[in-house]
Amino acid sequence: MSEPVPSDPAGFDAQPPRPTWGVRTPLRKSVSTREPILVAPAPARVCIPLVQGETPAARPLVAIGQAVRCGEPVGAPAEPGLPQVHATIAGRVTAIGPALVAGAGGPVPCVHLEGTGGDERWPGYTRIAAPEQLAPAALLEGIARAGITGLGGALYPTARKLGMSAGAGVVLLNGVECEPYISCDDALLRERADRVVAGARLLVAALGARQCVIAVKNGMAEARAALYHALEAVADPRLALSVVTARYPAGGERQLIELVLGREVPAGGHPADVGVVCQNVATAAALADFFARGQPLISRIVTVTGGGVAQPRNIEARIGTPIAELIALAGGYRGEPLRLVMGGPMMGIALPDDGLPITAATNCLIAATALDLGMAPGGALEPEFPCVRCGACVEACPAGLLPQELLAVARAGDRAGLAALDLGECIECGACDYVCPSRIPLTSVFRRAKAAG
Amino acid sequence: MRFDTGPSPQWRAPGTVAAMMRTVVLALVPALLAHVWFYGAGILVNAGIALVAGLATEAACLRLTGKPVGRFLTDGSTLVTAVLYAFCLPPLCPWWVTVTGMVFAIGIVKHAYGGLGYNPFNPAMAACALVLVTFPAAMARWTAPDIGDLDYARPTVAATITYALAGSLPAGTGVDAIARPTTLALAREGLGLSRTMDEIQAGPAFGDFGGAGWEWIGNFTAIGGFALLLLGVIRWHTPAGVLGGLLTCATLAWLLDPDTHPSPGFHLFSGGAILGAFFIATDPVSSPATARGRLVYGAGIGVLTWLIRAFGSYPDGVAFAVLAMNMGVPLIERYTRPRVYGRPRA
Repeated sequence: MSEPVPSDPAGFDAQPPRPTWGVRTPLRKSVSTREPILVAPAPARVCIPLVQGETPAARPLVAIGQAVRCGEPVGAPAEPGLPQVHATIAGRVTAIGPALVAGAGGPVPCVHLEGTGGDERWPGYTRIAAPEQLAPAALLEGIARAGITGLGGALYPTARKLGMSAGAGVVLLNGVECEPYISCDDALLRERADRVVAGARLLVAALGARQCVIAVKNGMAEARAALYHALEAVADPRLALSVVTARYPAGGERQLIELVLGREVPAGGHPADVGVVCQNVATAAALADFFARGQPLISRIVTVTGGGVAQPRNIEARIGTPIAELIALAGGYRGEPLRLVMGGPMMGIALPDDGLPITAATNCLIAATALDLGMAPGGALEPEFPCVRCGACVEACPAGLLPQELLAVARAGDRAGLAALDLGECIECGACDYVCPSRIPLTSVFRRAKAAG
Repeated sequence: MRFDTGPSPQWRAPGTVAAMMRTVVLALVPALLAHVWFYGAGILVNAGIALVAGLATEAACLRLTGKPVGRFLTDGSTLVTAVLYAFCLPPLCPWWVTVTGMVFAIGIVKHAYGGLGYNPFNPAMAACALVLVTFPAAMARWTAPDIGDLDYARPTVAATITYALAGSLPAGTGVDAIARPTTLALAREGLGLSRTMDEIQAGPAFGDFGGAGWEWIGNFTAIGGFALLLLGVIRWHTPAGVLGGLLTCATLAWLLDPDTHPSPGFHLFSGGAILGAFFIATDPVSSPATARGRLVYGAGIGVLTWLIRAFGSYPDGVAFAVLAMNMGVPLIERYTRPRVYGRPRA
């Protein structure tokens, strides 16, 4: 069922067919790309989670009171292939134990560090002259040691994902960033396209893949130009650039595979089933940072934006930095933000408190005002109306589902009906919810139904 | 600093059901104005009576079913039903005809099935069908359009209201004196008398394609229909299906024998074809929610409309065609589901 990939990389640069699904939303990205990436100074204290995503927690390698340098391992992976955890500042361990971090449902094990003022680097990692000549096994081992996880937001351990995808011929690097407001990947591509391209070559080498396609969104002109020049500089025929539509959710893993490669991941399957591995562009850059510069994953680029901050911008921040410090670097709050959203407005999580530390998944922080969210000034929610079967959700669904029927079946508690309508294929992108004129919280209903089933 | 939380998505597209309904009513304004131009203020009087009856019925039903009266009374759906229903009524129409249909539409067709969003049948068309079969005489008394006849006597607004409420016109202008059969009825009657379409359409009541005057109302209805398409309130599938189905049948029959079959243009510009295609068949609640389903549903309405006009016992068939296809919606939806991503192509 998979079609062959065109051998001519230039073929990817053509405007792809317009998808029949998805929604057009305001993008509001340019507010945060006016300023270059701000490299934040080391914060006074950090809280580093020992857990990434759904994997078991790392085992602490340090004791309370111990002094650590920036980049020093503080957590050993519970299983081989999982990422190691590093100190993100130089300082002293003040506590080890459960704490709340941004985006986590409950307390997770963390290492708390208090800075010593300096930013001494741990000398344990050295740069490698020609990392792409390493054996795939050595690359995978290095990726886990560097603590690299998927930086697109899902935090899937990169070494494990690559290890499970052996034999995949195509690496699809996702720089599409289809969620409104978020511009961290755009900023990364504009300023550090060379690192993304270097990382892309490492991913190809780690997998033994034939090809790597770097996908950006239509409209990301500067990022596209920077990528073009970086690709020209390495002149690697295995790398290609693809531009996809600015429709949400074009950057969803399955949707991007469909748009760029014309392949569909089988229902219930993985991208590797159609010979593809998807990685975020920031993840690729993290590979380059480790192998070519000896820097493990201790920081990430975070877009701090929204009508509720004074100077929206992208900030490269140490993992574990309290959100409030990033807000301060963006000029502090302005007006009356109603919600603090981690991620984009479509799939993002509304955080209860700006004292929470950021994780490797924190790609964006939106201090959202009522205007940002299209709400009444007080932020009052519009009451739900009955479904009028307008079909807007059917048009929006990128998975080809019938949200209006799923809603009726879910509310009736009909498990068999939900399975027959393929609820399992819902990616919870929120597109149906966004367009619903009756303001029905479809995504919440589906999330609950999936959790119950 | 602490913040409110809530599930994603954190924002919503603008646009509500009430806004959709308001846009539909605004899109009907050109057609209403054209109607008033040719037939006088009758349609406005009828729509007003229907609206009052509809809102009263709606309020009573909401109260009985324990729903928030204020929110649903202002959702605009009853207004849309009232205006569409008024398009089906003759300009001079007794109030009890109007009220009977509207109380049935809101009380039985809409609320007995669960209210807004749950009615399998289009309320306005159900009301239209009810009064067509219950009060055939009153429904057949269409006044002549004002197309520049010298002897044309337009009923005044006051006379229209008086007739609607009291059932009589001022002395000397009995309703039978100014009533005319519609062009669809004339064509049916003429064909029954073995006259050819050419002979029938030579009559003064006929215009370039359909009824004189009426075809202009069709044009203005289409303007509103295209506005709804451009604004994204409706999709092209249903109107394309209705007009495609009707015109395909009409063209085939007309090519076979133009003497005994009205032309496609006549079908398009007579009766409720354009209104049905853009405003009635597109009612989201009672039509399929899938794109392919809407094409099938629309085509079914178009074909049935032509069949009823050609072989049925009523001059126009839009209302009956819509109701018949409403019954098929669950079946159509079942067989027009989009393919789920990652599932094999059938």
